[in-house]
Amino acid sequence: MADAEKKKKTDKGDPAGDVKWVRKDLLGLRDLSVAEINLILDTAESFQEVSQRAVKKVPVLRGKTVANLFLEASTRTRISFELAEKRLSADTIGITGSASSMTKGESLLDTAANIEALKVSLIVLRHPSSGAPYRLARHTAAGIVNAGDGINEHPTQALIDMFTMRQEKKTIKGLKVVYIGDILHSRVARSNIWGLTKLGADVIVCGPKTLIPWGIEELGVRVVYDMKKAVRDADVVTLLRIQLERQNETLFPSLREYGSSYGLDSEVFRLAKPDALLMHPGPVNRGVEVESALANSPQSVILKQVTNGIAVRMAVLYLLSGALPND
Amino acid sequence: MIKPVVDHKPHVIIKQAHVVDPANGIDGVLDIELKEMEIVRWGKQLDHPQAEIIQAKGLVLMPGFLDLHVHFRDPGFEHKETIQSGVQAAIYGGFVGCVTMPNTKPACDNSQIVKYQIERGEQFGFNIFPAGTLTQGREGKKISEMAEMKASGAVAVSDDGTWVQDSGVARRAYEYAATYDLLIMSHAEDCCLSMHGSMNEGVVSTKLGLRAVPNAAEDVATARDVEIARLTGCRLHICHVSTRQAVETVRRAKADGIKVTCEVTPHHLALTDESFMDYDTNFKMNPPLRTEADRQAVIRGLEDGTIDAVATDHAPHAAEEKAQDVESAPPGVIGLESAFGVVMTELYHGRKWKLADIVKILSLKPGEIIGNSQLGRLVTGVPANFVLADPCHTWQFDESHIHSKSKNSCFLGKKLKGKVLHTFVNGTHYDLNGGK
Repeated sequence: MADAEKKKKTDKGDPAGDVKWVRKDLLGLRDLSVAEINLILDTAESFQEVSQRAVKKVPVLRGKTVANLFLEASTRTRISFELAEKRLSADTIGITGSASSMTKGESLLDTAANIEALKVSLIVLRHPSSGAPYRLARHTAAGIVNAGDGINEHPTQALIDMFTMRQEKKTIKGLKVVYIGDILHSRVARSNIWGLTKLGADVIVCGPKTLIPWGIEELGVRVVYDMKKAVRDADVVTLLRIQLERQNETLFPSLREYGSSYGLDSEVFRLAKPDALLMHPGPVNRGVEVESALANSPQSVILKQVTNGIAVRMAVLYLLSGALPND
Repeated sequence: MIKPVVDHKPHVIIKQAHVVDPANGIDGVLDIELKEMEIVRWGKQLDHPQAEIIQAKGLVLMPGFLDLHVHFRDPGFEHKETIQSGVQAAIYGGFVGCVTMPNTKPACDNSQIVKYQIERGEQFGFNIFPAGTLTQGREGKKISEMAEMKASGAVAVSDDGTWVQDSGVARRAYEYAATYDLLIMSHAEDCCLSMHGSMNEGVVSTKLGLRAVPNAAEDVATARDVEIARLTGCRLHICHVSTRQAVETVRRAKADGIKVTCEVTPHHLALTDESFMDYDTNFKMNPPLRTEADRQAVIRGLEDGTIDAVATDHAPHAAEEKAQDVESAPPGVIGLESAFGVVMTELYHGRKWKLADIVKILSLKPGEIIGNSQLGRLVTGVPANFVLADPCHTWQFDESHIHSKSKNSCFLGKKLKGKVLHTFVNGTHYDLNGGK
């Protein structure tokens, strides 16, 4: 950890102060204070440098075991976590949905008890049901990282987005951030809404009414149905993936019509600020949510998000491991 | 078999109980004399040298409670509850009779299962009133054999747990039931609108990121059923009303002279969707806990007579089933043993209700709805069915109070005021505090 601590925390206008990390779990940004969010982002900055070394490893989690329990399909999140764990020198085990006993009817809490019996320090959980990490966290001594639960939260992805915004825009306070697409089923949007509103951003969500959850304004965001109005003068435009597997729920008539109302092209994106960022949590449906060329444009930070993912996840795992008892 | 039974006493006088029995116009301190466990008379200062005296000063004596809506899971899901364990829980809650819902396995859609459930209740000296299914196998397609089930003792028909989604089938099934004057108990929920949501749709579900059920799922179904009742003249009972709009629909239907009654659960009277904040599956039930505005509306509905009765929707589920994640865990909570305490806390103490009105919603009206003139009131010359309760006993409801096979209560840890101390069921005396 010496390396990470040596690096001076850079003040980006939202100082973390002297906050000490005490949580064994990262379940959602709903629960975190401004100071805690900033502490994660500051810590992630210190870890960024590790990935640029020839030997991309620090001994922070040496001798600790991290279980990646992915009960829903995932490629990029799982790989990003695995790399973060390996660069922290942790031992890792991977358990995926089809291979786990949960498909044989074992309950979530039984699975937790079994993993705990294996003396695992941290569990990274991806689960199709909202709230599952909360239930797991209450019933195990291991630390839990929520890697996406149902349609609820995906806190590390939101932290990555916020980290990238802070990197590019220096501060999050006052930024106009727009989310376009399936807000209803997006755990990425929900986590970002909790985090960004806490840090003082002006958050707008945009999409057809069928994709906007009930009462979302109560979370401190604005709903705008007209994409052009939503994008105007934005600092950040984030597109959410249209989940093609939800087509049978009849949330909109066709991809063609969706694209014509809510697909972002360079003409609409020009309405945003000249230096606006284009983000996407991936994987991108090119030609549906976003024009293909725009996804490759210099303003697109989609691949930076992927790179930053490792540093942010290293920061989270490091902070949580420090709060585990007798560990 | 069912504990804790007290030795049979040939002659008993209960002294100085506050007797509340609106059917007989009684509301005052009286003595009650029983011979061979049948009430023979009530009056002031009854005495008899041979009689055993039960001193009941400070206690309330009420007709035993009737629960219009329980799931005893028998046959088919005996790991959750059996008729024996369900009866035990009912007696601890002060209930002397229960209407059992037909979503058993196999479904209670024939006279054999109706007879089995009644006989099983009789073995434990208890009154089981089965509801048979409305459609065969609860599949919502073909009308079940209602005439035969009624002849075997079914008091109602219901596809509880599901609603007959096809309005054409519903119209014919309700119409057919009306032929035999069978009560239709409707679990009013349009599943195309509820879409397997885990909680109420609103700000709380948006905050928790849970798929949710809008009020409209219940409102649409209630409105349709009321119109089919208007069309067919059937006797309709809407189960577990939970939304402000459904209360209003029933209020208007009653004003129009449609034969409709309805019930509300103790949890919808006492709790709101805010209780869900911990993703605790003991707060997942169907219909879900709604908002404060809905809670206030069901209380008002109960107070102005729009809602006729409190029914528990006692729905036991095994610990391992509730230990799953929120979306996989089955909906439902138990309620028999906390019901009186919750009703007393919320209505008698919380809203200064009269005891006579408590008796109406727990005993009298449920008896009237299922057409039973022996229960819900004090009757002489038949085996006694009443309770003795302490209206001011303060207690914390916990697992030690649960005699149901399952422990999935949403009132665990809650402080309640009002407790049943003795239940007399069909002439058997149960001392629920074991004589203490």
